[in-house]
Amino acid sequence: METKIENKIETNEIKYTSKDFSSDQDVRWCPGCGDYSVLAQVQRTFPDIGIKKENMVWISGIGCSSRFPYYMNTYGFHTIHGRATAIATGLKLSRPELSVWVATGDGDLLSIGGNHFIHTCRKNVDLKLLLFNNKIYGLTKGQYSPTSEKGKITKTSPYGSVDYPFNPPLLALGSEATFIARSLDRDPKHLQEMIKRAADHKGTAFLEIYQNCNIFNDGAFELLTDKETKADNVVVMTHGKPLIFGKNNDKGIKLDGFRPVIVDLNDPNNSVNDLWVHDEFDSSPVRASILSHFTDMPGMPTPIGIFRQISKPTYNEGLKKQIELVTEKKGKGTLKSLLYSDGTWEVN
Amino acid sequence: MREEKIAEKELQNLKEVTIRFAGDSGDGMQLTGSQFSDTTALFGNDLGTLPDYPAEIRAPAGTLYGVSGFQVHFSSADIYTPGDTPDVLVAMNPAALKINLKDLKLGGTIIVNTDSFDSKNLALAKYESNPLEDEALLSNYKVYPVAITTLNATALKESPLSNKDINRCKNFFALGLMYWIFNRPIEPTIKWIYEKFGKKLDIAQANEKALKTGYYYGETTETFTTRYSVEPAQLPKGVYRNIAGNEAIALGFVAASLKSGLPIFLGSYPITPATDILQYLASYKNFGVKTFQAEDEIAGITSAIGASYGGSLALTTTSGPGMALKTEAMGLAVMTELPLVIINIQRGGPSTGLPTKTEQADLFQAIYGRNGECPIPVIAASTPSDCFFTAIEASKIALKYMTPVILLSDGYIANGSEPWRLPDPDSIPEIPVSYRTEVEGFYPYLRDENLARPWAVPGTPGLEHRIGGLEKANINGNVSYDPDNHEFMVRLRAAKVQKIQQDIPDLEISYEQEGELLVLGWGGTYGAITEAVVKARAEGHKVSQVHLKHLFPFPKNLANVLNSFKNVLLPELNLGQLAKVLRSELFIDTISLTKIKGLPFKSSEIQNKIVEILGGNNGN
Repeated sequence: METKIENKIETNEIKYTSKDFSSDQDVRWCPGCGDYSVLAQVQRTFPDIGIKKENMVWISGIGCSSRFPYYMNTYGFHTIHGRATAIATGLKLSRPELSVWVATGDGDLLSIGGNHFIHTCRKNVDLKLLLFNNKIYGLTKGQYSPTSEKGKITKTSPYGSVDYPFNPPLLALGSEATFIARSLDRDPKHLQEMIKRAADHKGTAFLEIYQNCNIFNDGAFELLTDKETKADNVVVMTHGKPLIFGKNNDKGIKLDGFRPVIVDLNDPNNSVNDLWVHDEFDSSPVRASILSHFTDMPGMPTPIGIFRQISKPTYNEGLKKQIELVTEKKGKGTLKSLLYSDGTWEVN
Repeated sequence: MREEKIAEKELQNLKEVTIRFAGDSGDGMQLTGSQFSDTTALFGNDLGTLPDYPAEIRAPAGTLYGVSGFQVHFSSADIYTPGDTPDVLVAMNPAALKINLKDLKLGGTIIVNTDSFDSKNLALAKYESNPLEDEALLSNYKVYPVAITTLNATALKESPLSNKDINRCKNFFALGLMYWIFNRPIEPTIKWIYEKFGKKLDIAQANEKALKTGYYYGETTETFTTRYSVEPAQLPKGVYRNIAGNEAIALGFVAASLKSGLPIFLGSYPITPATDILQYLASYKNFGVKTFQAEDEIAGITSAIGASYGGSLALTTTSGPGMALKTEAMGLAVMTELPLVIINIQRGGPSTGLPTKTEQADLFQAIYGRNGECPIPVIAASTPSDCFFTAIEASKIALKYMTPVILLSDGYIANGSEPWRLPDPDSIPEIPVSYRTEVEGFYPYLRDENLARPWAVPGTPGLEHRIGGLEKANINGNVSYDPDNHEFMVRLRAAKVQKIQQDIPDLEISYEQEGELLVLGWGGTYGAITEAVVKARAEGHKVSQVHLKHLFPFPKNLANVLNSFKNVLLPELNLGQLAKVLRSELFIDTISLTKIKGLPFKSSEIQNKIVEILGGNNGN
C-alpha cells in the first residue's frame, strides 16, 4: 500500500537556514494576517527540501497572497491576475530541472484563474500550488470570493451572496490533480509537514491552506484553529490511521456504504477496528471525494492532511520522452535538412 | 488510334494562366488546388495561390455558402499575385458556378461536373433553370460539360471502396483532366498519393486510378481539342520549393532557434488562420521544439512568458480575437522586459468576423492596443517566403532588446504559396544571445548600451531576484510607486523601443527616387502593389514603389522617402490605418486606397488608381 512518491530534483549538501530564504524586502501584509505564518513555515521548511536556492522559483498572480515571491530570496515572478499557473507551466516545461512553486489566492486561482488551474491539474504539470484560501477578496477590500459561503454579506453582496462556493479539494480531485492536501495557517507543524510532502511530490501538488484575513473575514476558520474548539471540528487525516477526532480522541468516523458516520468511541458497541482507515495512496478517488465533501456536511469535522496522492507520468516526462523518441527516429534536425526537404527542384 | 488523336489536338503556348478550382467544402478543392500548384512549381513556373474557403468545415452539400475555392496563377515570367481574374473555372457543382462566374474572364473556360447539375443542386444554388442550357453563358464562355461523377464511378467500379468513398475520388479525376489540358506531369501527385495514403492501399490505388482516368479522358475524348503549355519561367539559379506563409514562419523560427542556440517554446491555442504554425512546429520535435497547446489564448501567451523567463526563444501564435485576449499579458512582457514574439495572422474582424478571409485591420491593435504606455515593436511580412525572414528578424529584435515583438502576417500570405529560392543556411547570420551569469554588479534593471536589461534566468547561482507587473524601480527592479520613477521608466521603455530604429535598414525605393507618385505598402499587399506598379510602368506611367516591414518604429528615412514624392498612394485592407499613423507620427498625408471585403487587392484596382492619380501626364 505504501508507495513512496518522490520528486528527484537535484539535491545538494548545502545547509540553508530559514534566513537564507528571506529577501531584503519589507513584508507589507496587514499585521495579524495569516500570510505571515505561511511565509514563515515555507522559510522554515525550505532548508530541508534539498533543493538549491537558485533552482527554486516562486510564481504568483494578483492578490494579497501573490506578493509572496517578493519576500522569498529565490527567483520570483509576480505576474498577472489568474495566470500564475499558466506562466509556471511554461517555465516548468522549458526548464524541467527547476522547482516551481505557485502562491495564489481563492480569487486568483479559482475565479479568474479557474481554467488554468483545472488544466494544470489535468496535465499533471509538476508544480506546487499553494492556495491561500481566506474566502474573501482582501486586496480589493472585502468582496465575496468563489469560496465564500452562500449568503455571505460583503460590500458586493449587501443582502448576502447567492452563489454556491467551490470546494477546492473536490475541484482538484475532479481535475485529476495527483496530490491534494489541506492545512491551516495556525497549525505551523502540520503546515510544515504538508509543504514538505508537496515538495516531495512529482506532479501537480495542490495544497489548500485555510488562511485568516483578519481585516475582511476575521474568524472565518476560528472553530478550526481555536484551542477550545479545534479538536472537535478538525480531523487529521494520517495515512494508515483511523479517522479519529475530538477533545478526548473519542469520536471516530466510519463508512456506512458511501455515507460517513460519526461514532462515539466511549460507547463499547463501537470499535476502533470498524473505523475508516485513511489511505493516502488509494487508487480510487471515491474516498477522497467523500472526505472533500465533509465541509459541506453539517456536523462533520473539517479534514486536514493529504486527501490523496497518486503517481502518474508528468507532462514534462511525456514531452521529454516524445522529443527523445522522435529525435532517435529522425535524427537531430539541421536547418539544411529542414529547408531542403521533399518537394524541392533545381533551376540551373 | 490514340496517337492519331493526340496528333489531332492543338498545343497552344500561353504566357500565364489563372485557374480557379471550386466545389463543395467537402469536395477536396483545397487539396486539388495545392496539388496542381506543387506540380506546377516543380514544373518550373512562377506561381501564386489563393485559397478561399468557408469557415464551415463541411457546410451542407450544394449550398452557396459551402463553396470552397482555390486559385492558382502560373506563368513563364515573374508574377506577384494569384491573378485578378481566372481564365479557367473548374466548377464541381451549380453553387460553385454561381459564386465564381462573376470573377471569370469574359470568354474564359468553364469545366463543369454535369452530374451535379440536377434539380436538387440547382435549387440549392438558387438557379431557376439549368445554367448550362443558358445561351448567354454558352456564348460568353467556353463551357466544357464533363460527367465527372459518372466517369469517375465507372472507372472505379472494380474498386473495393464504398460508393461514397469512390465518389470522394472525383477531385483527382478533375485534377488529372487539368494536368492533361495544361500539359503537366502526373507523377508528382501519384508519389504524393502513395505517401499520404500508403497505409490505405485501396484508397491510394483508387485515387491514382481516378487521376489517370481524368488525364486519359482529356487525351481521348473529342471534347477537348486544345491543350495549353506554359513554359517554365526563367527563375534565378538555385534550389526551390513551394512555400506558404505559415510554413515559412515555422521554418523561420526554427532557423532563429538554431542560429541563437535557444530552444523554441510555442504556447498557442488553435485559431484560424494561424493554426498551421502550431501544427508545423509540433512536428519538429527533433529540433528540440516544445509546443504547448494551451487551454486558451491567455495561457498560450502566459506559458510563453514563463518559458521566456526560463531562457527560451518564446513564441505565441494567434489571430485577431486571440490578440485581444493576449493583450494584458503583452503588458506584463513589456513591464518585465522579457523577449517574446507574438504572431498575429490577421483575418477579417471585428469579433469573430471572417475567420477564413484576409484583412490588415489589426495594425492599430498591434501598435496601440494595450493599457498604459506600452510600446511593442511591430513588423510585418510581405510575401509567403518573406515570412521566413520576418520570423528571424522578429526573434533578433526580441532577443537583442529584451522586448516582446509583434509579427503581423495575414490570411492571404499565410495560406497563399509561391516558389521560394531557398537560402543557404550558412548565409543566415548567427543571433548572439547571452544569459547573465556574473554575480558582481548584477541588477535586474541595469541596462546595456541598447537599453536592454540582463537576462538572468532561474537556475543561475547568486542572481536570485524578483520581477513582476508592478512598476519597477530603475536599476534594482524593486517595486516602486515613486511618481518620478514611474515617469522615468515609462520614457525609458519608450526610448528602448525607439532605439531599435538604429538597426532598421533605410527604405530602398524601387525606380525613380523622387517624382510625382510613390506607392507605399505594408504586409501582404506587396504582390498586388508590385504587379500594379510593373504594369503601370509598362504602360509608360512613372510610378515608384516602397514597402514597409517595420511599422513601429519606422525606418529612419521614411519621412524623407515620402516627402520626395508629390503624391503617396497607400493601399491597405482596412479603413486607412497606416495612413492615420503616418499623419499622426510624421504629419504626412497619403492618398489612402482601402478595401475591406475579406479579399486581397486585385492588381488592377491599384493600377487603376495609379493611372487616375497620374491623370494624363504619366508622371512626367
